[in-house]
Amino acid sequence: MRLARVVGRVFCSRQVPAVEGKKLLLIQPLAWEDESPRGDPIVAFDAVGSGSAEKVYWVASREAAVAFPDLPPADAAVVGIVEGHQVKDFRS
Amino acid sequence: MFVGEVVGNVWGVRRHKSLQRQRLLLVRPIDPETEKPLGEAIMALDGGVDSGPGSIVLVVDEGGSARAILKDKDAPVRTVVCGVVDMASVRGTLRKYA
Repeated sequence: MRLARVVGRVFCSRQVPAVEGKKLLLIQPLAWEDESPRGDPIVAFDAVGSGSAEKVYWVASREAAVAFPDLPPADAAVVGIVEGHQVKDFRS
Repeated sequence: MFVGEVVGNVWGVRRHKSLQRQRLLLVRPIDPETEKPLGEAIMALDGGVDSGPGSIVLVVDEGGSARAILKDKDAPVRTVVCGVVDMASVRGTLRKYA
């Protein structure tokens, strides 16, 4: 699971029936260590009712569909909101 | 599966129901021989082995196995800590981890 920042939402008037009723968030993947952006923004299903939250963690591929009971056609899903996280280097 | 080092943790109340009551750890893959980092940190669930920051752990990185460990068929999880590594013999040399 990776970190991301919610940067927007996506609304579709016409979509595959399985996607209806689900909130689509625009998220910018970040690195856990320094929160630097990783790649381009992607659209992820919202499995936890975030939306306005700043930082979230999300899953990709099969796990994104498993996050929902009806297994929608999802390849990315937000599964939690980050209130805080810490990364410390113990070895080097 | 890979050998990694627990470098941190994540906290937050609002999360998917399968992730409730789970500890969220940040794990970074390391080279078992030199203990050098091999990549970026990713989040993993603590599979009940109570590993703390700084410990060297074994992490499974596949959905089916993760769900088997967590005994929860609809857990949207792929990475789970499934063991704490005490020592490893790598190409003939024995490595002990604190």
